[in-house]
Amino acid sequence: MSDTAIPTAMPKPIAGPVIWLRANLFANPLNAIMTVLVVWFLVMSLPALLDWLLLDAVFQADSVRECRAAGSGACWAFIGEKHRLILFGLYPYEEQWRPLLVVLLLIAMAGVSCLRRFWTKWLAPMWIATLVVVGILMWGGVLGLSYVENARWGGLPLTMILAFVAIAVAFPLGVLLALGRRSNLPAIRAICTIYIELVRGVPAVSLLFMASVMLPLLLPEGMNIDKLLRAQIALIVYASAYLAEVVRGGLQSLSKGQYEAADALGLTYWQKQRLIILPQALRITIPPLVNTLITVFKDTSLVVIIGLYDLMNAAKASFVDPAWRGSSIEAYVFVSLIYFAFCFFMSKYSQSIEKRLAQSQNR
Amino acid sequence: MATAVQQPSDEPMILLEKVNKWYGDFHVLTDIDLSVKRGERIVICGPSGSGKSTMIRCINRLEEHQAGRIVVDGVELTNDVRKVEAVRRDVGMVFQHFNLFPHLTVLQNLTLAPIWVRKTPKAEAEATAMKYLERVRIPEQAHKYPGQLSGGQQQRVAIARALCINPKVMLFDEPTSALDPEMVAEVLDVMIKLADESNVTMICVTHEMGFARSVADRVIFMDRGQIVEQNTPEEFFSHPQNERTKLFLSQILAH
Ligand SMILES: Nc1ncnc2c1ncn2[C@@H]1O[C@H](COP(=O)(O)OP(=O)(O)OP(=O)(O)O)[C@@H](O)[C@H]1O
Ligand SMILES: [Mg+2]
Repeated sequence: MSDTAIPTAMPKPIAGPVIWLRANLFANPLNAIMTVLVVWFLVMSLPALLDWLLLDAVFQADSVRECRAAGSGACWAFIGEKHRLILFGLYPYEEQWRPLLVVLLLIAMAGVSCLRRFWTKWLAPMWIATLVVVGILMWGGVLGLSYVENARWGGLPLTMILAFVAIAVAFPLGVLLALGRRSNLPAIRAICTIYIELVRGVPAVSLLFMASVMLPLLLPEGMNIDKLLRAQIALIVYASAYLAEVVRGGLQSLSKGQYEAADALGLTYWQKQRLIILPQALRITIPPLVNTLITVFKDTSLVVIIGLYDLMNAAKASFVDPAWRGSSIEAYVFVSLIYFAFCFFMSKYSQSIEKRLAQSQNR
Repeated sequence: MATAVQQPSDEPMILLEKVNKWYGDFHVLTDIDLSVKRGERIVICGPSGSGKSTMIRCINRLEEHQAGRIVVDGVELTNDVRKVEAVRRDVGMVFQHFNLFPHLTVLQNLTLAPIWVRKTPKAEAEATAMKYLERVRIPEQAHKYPGQLSGGQQQRVAIARALCINPKVMLFDEPTSALDPEMVAEVLDVMIKLADESNVTMICVTHEMGFARSVADRVIFMDRGQIVEQNTPEEFFSHPQNERTKLFLSQILAH
């Protein structure tokens, strides 16, 4: 240690556009080349994209032919005409305020669940209540609401229900599977391992296919599970196996000392998991966990193959109309934006949690 | 908690009879016989790998023994989970690497077992926790997280955490050997004070010979999974009998 430590002033942050450019965009040759390439790409593509999206786009028309005659850009008139079909599928037109309410309710509950203030013991009961309300709104048949069979459900509410229920059930199931795979009891360990590996070894599409084609064959004569429920079960099975592996990664990263300290204090197995192990393991796994949730959300679109009219399939149905045939790009851009909005929010949220946890660890 | 009925004082607190343990083919503990009286303070030393940790970890069944008997306060350790839980309720343990729960504050670390295992009301558990934090001289750190404390402070929290369950036995596994030298004294001070002020039975694996001299009723030397020699600290240090003990003492006293 030096005893002539002169207090040095903290270096002034150097600012200015040129310096910023050099530091961020031209720091080294590779960086400079990348910058030039990206700028070139943007210059080439942005104007055309802008033209298509906005400047040459047509907002008022009665058919795709009119659209194409009026401008070379996107035919947003098509979305104006068909957005309710895309968003709500074949749900009775007059009753579509109900699925709209469901979507808003689910978004609101998801938003509330993101706020730490609401992470109390009331959160789970609130979700259960929400799902009950969702069921009442979608099915109806009570409180003067007309009955709508779930074969007519579709679009965004269907996608959201499939995804939310899949996640809500698969998450606890995945945690149990992860714990089971590390259990001391050989039978439980074997069952969990086989389940996880079997499911992960099969594409989600074939799980859905099996659920829709094979499940009815396996069931006793006369017993019939609804198509929606079959898809929902397949998604839960699929999501739980992946979530289990993510959680297991977190469990493995904890030191043996944490288990031993909990044991030495006399905590029971479940107390130990709930109070010591899982809170730490789940924190570590937030990024891959959110990643899996995003995947599950997007993979709900695979229910197309068993003929459910989720958001993606409803979009497809929308350009079957002869007057609008050929508007597939607009339809896909529209639903992509919806998917993107959800997934972007999830990933931003996970980043903010990570940042906050990083701060609290080295407080 | 009502204070336990005074047991006949001749019944040992901890009794190990012909305890044997293997890791695969490796015989870690060989015919361990040990009887610890109530309130007795025992220091265990011995070369690395001699089975000291394994032996004391058998006492609260963090490790299972494969042959012999271990009886803690009249309860024999078997595969019966209830017996294991009963023993763990009365045995506190302090680890080399503290093993505090990093996601909980110091106070939460301390109240966890009283609240969940002993079912103590939260306010009462917190009051007790603060009392022990004062005893280990860090009440002002109660609301910090373990990661914000120095090693010595963390180990004192760990000691307080073990004391919060009001144990009859305290096990220490090299509590100072992961600490920077300047922090060893603060932890040893706390342990000496604990020995002076309470009548808890203590078993401590340590190579701090000063501590052994001032606190221990008996020093046990282990080598290759066996108890080779045991004696009062004075006799043990001044007249070691066994050749291995002499060699070991010359090695640790050399530096
Ligand atoms: N889980 C395990 N599997 C296999 N061998 C083990 C295991 N745990 C410990 N051992 C071995 O058992 C022997 C005794 O270990 P133990 O930790 O009890 O020694 P120790 O006396 O505490 O040593 P140290 O002073 O290094 O802590 C060592 O040789 C060690 O390698
Ligand atoms: Mg050891």
